[in-house]
Amino acid sequence: MIIANNINKQFGKLKVLDNVSVTCNKGECIALIGPNGCGKTTLIKSILGMVVCDSGFITFNGKNILHEWQYRSAIGYMPQTGRYPENMTIGQVLDMMKDIRNNKDTKLDEELVIKFELKSLLHKRMRTLSGGTMQKVSAALAFLFNPAVLILDEPTAGLDPVAAEILKEKIIAEKAKGKLILITSHILSELDELITQVIYMQDGQLIFHKSIGDLRADTGQKKLSKAIASVMLKNR
Amino acid sequence: MKKIIKYVIIDILRNKIVLAYTVFLLLLSFSIFNLEDNSAKGLLSLLNIVLIIVPLVSILFASIYVYNSAEFLELLVSQPLKRNTIWLSIFIGLACSLTLAFFVGVGIPVLLYEFTATGITMLLVGLLLTIIFVAIAMLATVNTRDKAKGIGVAILLWLYFSILFDGLVLFLLFQFADYPLEKAMIGISAFNPIDLSRILVLLKMDVSALMGYTGAVFKDFFGTTTGLIIAILVLMFWSIIPVWLSVRKFNRKDL
Repeated sequence: MIIANNINKQFGKLKVLDNVSVTCNKGECIALIGPNGCGKTTLIKSILGMVVCDSGFITFNGKNILHEWQYRSAIGYMPQTGRYPENMTIGQVLDMMKDIRNNKDTKLDEELVIKFELKSLLHKRMRTLSGGTMQKVSAALAFLFNPAVLILDEPTAGLDPVAAEILKEKIIAEKAKGKLILITSHILSELDELITQVIYMQDGQLIFHKSIGDLRADTGQKKLSKAIASVMLKNR
Repeated sequence: MKKIIKYVIIDILRNKIVLAYTVFLLLLSFSIFNLEDNSAKGLLSLLNIVLIIVPLVSILFASIYVYNSAEFLELLVSQPLKRNTIWLSIFIGLACSLTLAFFVGVGIPVLLYEFTATGITMLLVGLLLTIIFVAIAMLATVNTRDKAKGIGVAILLWLYFSILFDGLVLFLLFQFADYPLEKAMIGISAFNPIDLSRILVLLKMDVSALMGYTGAVFKDFFGTTTGLIIAILVLMFWSIIPVWLSVRKFNRKDL
């Protein structure tokens, strides 16, 4: 579904993505793991077209995403730190996104809006929100349009345990529907029950892309956190 | 595209600066026309103020607005929208609300007191200057990431077009006083939209005699229909080219 081919990206002198190639298919739930500053978010942003790579190309359903924009209607993106127009209310932001992305055919999925109890906060301005509430809005927006691909950048960071559990259940439910899900997270223990594949990055390079079964077999560890820890130590 | 323009305009109207700008222009125009017994003289005073204030407010408001809507831009770029559409919508939203403010603030008094060819020319020139300086602000902001630096660049650009450019031209004229520069001055004036606007309106006011021989040459050129059309075209270029350059830059920008 998404194929990245030898993409490179430099910010000034810093090489953030170094010849990264990834293939992501439908029905997979992929964890993007790696130390801070290893290029996970940049990779996600280049898939979304927010960052334009220096060389290499990315295709979505066989089409190069450069100069394309329509493909983003099949993606729900939850950013690491949601940034929204400060003097809009939650209700206005939700309405605006519905207005911008409206296709009559897609049924809106308001499950998270309801479960996160955002309905009672609709009149609150974005600048007055706490980090956690902001994350809830981001999550609700990502799932709202029932997209075929979900890209979640640190989805549970800042969420309270109840909300994190709701979100996790939602991710599992969407995975069961055969959607492609890309997650980055540092809380490996919560990924165990979600993911089918692992992409490990370090210093802008893709170290490996394996199914979780292979990774467990290779490292001899049952838990993802232990498996990754042994990989990280080996690479040091 | 219409939807995004709508959201930009709603957002601009919600912060009261544009409203204050409109009221300020209204008060200014009415008080000038009421102070002078001859409304043609009033128009001249108004012209001088308009040529300073309109570019300044347009360039500053537009650049600050673009920096403040960084979050909005970021949100929209991850959505199924063309980058061209996003950037042009912000430009059109800004240009529309500021030209509307100018039209209400200066246009209504001018149409009431001085509904003449000169008055209309000044209105047209003011509207074009608003659009031009919004366009220049878009170009300045897309090229500078840092907010403080970007706003500084915007102020410097305004300073250049309103004051420094005239100084440079004067310097040039004195240095090359022995050569016939009158014709060349027409070309040079095309490099500054504010000067070009001033010349256009002054010529309509028949005070070009005050500008000496250069004034006569200007009158010969800009007084004709072709000259006028060329001048208007040059002003349009001044609004289109910065926007076009900024769109190109925005399409490759990392957010």
